[in-house]
Amino acid sequence: MISTSARPRLANKARLRFDRKATRYMLLYPEKGLVLNETGADILKLCTGEHTVAAIVEQLSQKYAKDTVAVESEVVTFLQTMSDRGLVQDAP
Amino acid sequence: MTEALRPYTLIAELTYRCPLRCVYCSNPLDYARHGAELDTATWQRVFREAEDLGVVQLNLTGGEPLVRDDLELLVAAARELDLYTNLITSGIPLRRERLERLRGLGLDNVQVSIQDVKPAESDRIAGHRAFERKIEVAGWVKELGFPLTLNVVLHRDNLDHVADVVALAERLAADRLELANTQYLGWALLNRAALLPTREQLDRARAVAADARQRLRGRMEVLFVVPDYYRDVPPACMDGWGRRFLLVSPDGLALPCHAAHTLPGLEFDNVKDRALAEIWEQGVGFNAFRSEAWMPEPCRSCDRRTVDFGGCRCQAFHLTGRANATDPVCTLSPDHALIETARAAATAPGEVTFRYRTTTATAR
Repeated sequence: MISTSARPRLANKARLRFDRKATRYMLLYPEKGLVLNETGADILKLCTGEHTVAAIVEQLSQKYAKDTVAVESEVVTFLQTMSDRGLVQDAP
Repeated sequence: MTEALRPYTLIAELTYRCPLRCVYCSNPLDYARHGAELDTATWQRVFREAEDLGVVQLNLTGGEPLVRDDLELLVAAARELDLYTNLITSGIPLRRERLERLRGLGLDNVQVSIQDVKPAESDRIAGHRAFERKIEVAGWVKELGFPLTLNVVLHRDNLDHVADVVALAERLAADRLELANTQYLGWALLNRAALLPTREQLDRARAVAADARQRLRGRMEVLFVVPDYYRDVPPACMDGWGRRFLLVSPDGLALPCHAAHTLPGLEFDNVKDRALAEIWEQGVGFNAFRSEAWMPEPCRSCDRRTVDFGGCRCQAFHLTGRANATDPVCTLSPDHALIETARAAATAPGEVTFRYRTTTATAR
């Protein structure tokens, strides 16, 4: 499980791209693309290797005016899925 | 235009030229009779028009895309359009400096193919001494900071080596491993008797791949593509005709797939004559199999018609002589015996010899 002190960053093979046709973000990687909802895009934009999961949770709970506990569970679950797919890594 | 008909991926076949002669090459048998390759400016325009249509992924392939000496200019143009650009290559001919230049220009991913895990076996399939060089190139790819996709086309002679292929992929630190079984069109259909595996072989290899996928989760994406011949229902070929993919051939034909121009009586436009959006939306060839109007029974009344779209049109044509037949892979197809016969032959192979890709083969 991803810890809140991890500093996630996008995997080398993955790139965020704004899709102006559908006005949403996509995560592109070899031969595939993942359509992101607004929250997913917000999380991945912060996956630069600089921010801890805790800091990401903090930023998002402010932006969406939501309780940090609920946001943390959402962020951790999402990042775990991304990590299992090899799209997000813990920065060294 | 509906979202369903948006191209996401442009497959740019930059050339049919290739130093390798693989016995399962997906290029058409008569590739040598095609016209002159598109020039740099035309490809760059095609990229722009494709991006405008919604394309976000660009596969630079061939033939061997490295034989184009304007590859740098094409990669730079793709980067400017923010396309995710994947170079699909044999790794031959390539110098490290050129790969480094491509990295600097913004190429996103490099896919290197090998034909087997040992030099002699690999080179026998490729009809060219290339294996050692490919491994060296795969090493450069990682050293230069690219993500690496390792691609191996599977068939009877290498399916039993999948565990070794996985080990090699791990050693090369590949980010993605494509274990793609041969699909029997083009050169592969010509060599089917020498390539089609048995079901037992396939099942064993699939189990090895499933274990590897589990074990390497999060580190390496492991893909195992089953050959259509061992499915009971066909997959949605290219995600459906003219729905997600757009392919442009070396001489400029805009196509829904690698082999669409081998179907008789279909008219496909050339990007030199017509805007890409017009071709995608209104081209006769692109619209030939988009609706369900062409479908025969059992497809027409089948629940899966919106899932598999009747299967592969090229496979249907090359096996039955009719492009609008149900894909014979489907157990409900009246022509399914063609597949069963081929499978039966695979369990008792006689003496078979490869027919290498060459400019002088005649289509059958």
